[in-house]
Amino acid sequence: MTEERCSQGEKSGQDGSWQPKVVAFLCNWCSYAGADLAGISRIQYPPNIRIIRVPCSGRINPVFILKALQTGADAVLVSGCHPGDCHYVSGNYYARRKFEIFSRLLDYLGLEKGRVFFSWVSAAEGENFGRLVKHIVDEVKKLGPANKLVKTIS
Amino acid sequence: MWSEEITRNIQTVAESLLREGKVDLVLGYQAGTSPVRTAPAFIRTPQEASLLVWNPFCENNLSVYLPRRKERVAIIAKGCDARAAIVAVQENQISRDRLVIVGLACSGIIDRRRLASAVEVDQIRGFSLAGDSLVLETESGGQVQLELSGLLSDSCQTCTHRSAPIADIFIGQRMPEREVEDEFAQVRSFEALSSQERWRHFMDMAEKCIRCYACRSACPLCYCQECIVDQTQPQWFGKTTATEDVLAYHIMRAFHLAGRCVDCGACSRACPMGLDLRLLNKKLQKEVKELYQYVPGLSLEEMPALGTYRPDDPQTCITEK
Repeated sequence: MTEERCSQGEKSGQDGSWQPKVVAFLCNWCSYAGADLAGISRIQYPPNIRIIRVPCSGRINPVFILKALQTGADAVLVSGCHPGDCHYVSGNYYARRKFEIFSRLLDYLGLEKGRVFFSWVSAAEGENFGRLVKHIVDEVKKLGPANKLVKTIS
Repeated sequence: MWSEEITRNIQTVAESLLREGKVDLVLGYQAGTSPVRTAPAFIRTPQEASLLVWNPFCENNLSVYLPRRKERVAIIAKGCDARAAIVAVQENQISRDRLVIVGLACSGIIDRRRLASAVEVDQIRGFSLAGDSLVLETESGGQVQLELSGLLSDSCQTCTHRSAPIADIFIGQRMPEREVEDEFAQVRSFEALSSQERWRHFMDMAEKCIRCYACRSACPLCYCQECIVDQTQPQWFGKTTATEDVLAYHIMRAFHLAGRCVDCGACSRACPMGLDLRLLNKKLQKEVKELYQYVPGLSLEEMPALGTYRPDDPQTCITEK
């Protein structure tokens, strides 16, 4: 846990550069399968992402996102089935309302844009998944380590 | 509106509801420990109904006592109290057939901090209301006259529903709504600040917060049996008063009220540190209203904004690649 927490100053790139950690909550039915497709299709994308498989994007409680940012994630991605394609019919519709409100709240608080991402990735969109991760990692590298919500004990 | 007549009517209604056995409990206000304070009253016998008072110091939102109440209850409700009661019914916290809403029209309640900055509250022996002003009698026998409009609580200044929107019994006349140019003016001017300035503001707020959870206790819609910040398995948030832990609490508190908060202002009034907690709540009210055209606490049939969806909801937060 301690090691996981200290993202700041971690130098794990091949050239000794700082590498962000991105926590990705992917729904079992679409986005996780999309990531799997990216893997079996040998699509190259940055290895900065740590995937947590969830049953549905509707399972995501914004608490998970906050907790990830508090405990060392530099960015969080939540991805689920495209609207209309939810395995549970409407989970992603409810999720969309939650995300829309939550992302506006984070922005209002003054958290940098580019820490929390929401997306729709279907099981057939391996390539899109690769591009999405690359986009996120590029954005987060520009921002640097996330430390606004990380508790510092002096 | 405040008048002797309305107070008497409240007492009569409470007395008859109890005497006729229609309810087991009437939630209302009684005189507090100081002339300019009131306390919540739990009236269970017709004789006690004469304890009820009605004046601009009735600041508590009594709907806080509704969730999970088993007996039949009548609530003396201002516009915001009634709206909170309606949300509690919507969310199955109390059944509608056990609840009698005694609706009132309220011209705004007095913020006791504003009053304390205008006069020596300890010196006040009594008060009377004359039109739009409050006449205070002081210990020395003198009188101080203050304009009510200058003393109103923040949430009352942008109030859009002064009369209970749904009421089984309505006492007095429904009031015309206040002319509020933009109820979200404060949020809009805050949004105009840079993100660093906004972050700085909330960090300052978090630094002052002592985490007494008075905001949570005063809120009629924070009724979870176990609050997420009290959970220990898993423990989602740190329990310290470090700014990051405090801020996480306030973020989740505000988010949990998204699409539910009726802006009664009870949280801000309860805060012993005088923090403006409505700054967060009001932002979410604005977003919910703009995105989903939903204002909570006005209808029993509508679903709360985050408990429903439309297939064509806006999705500006989605990253497409």
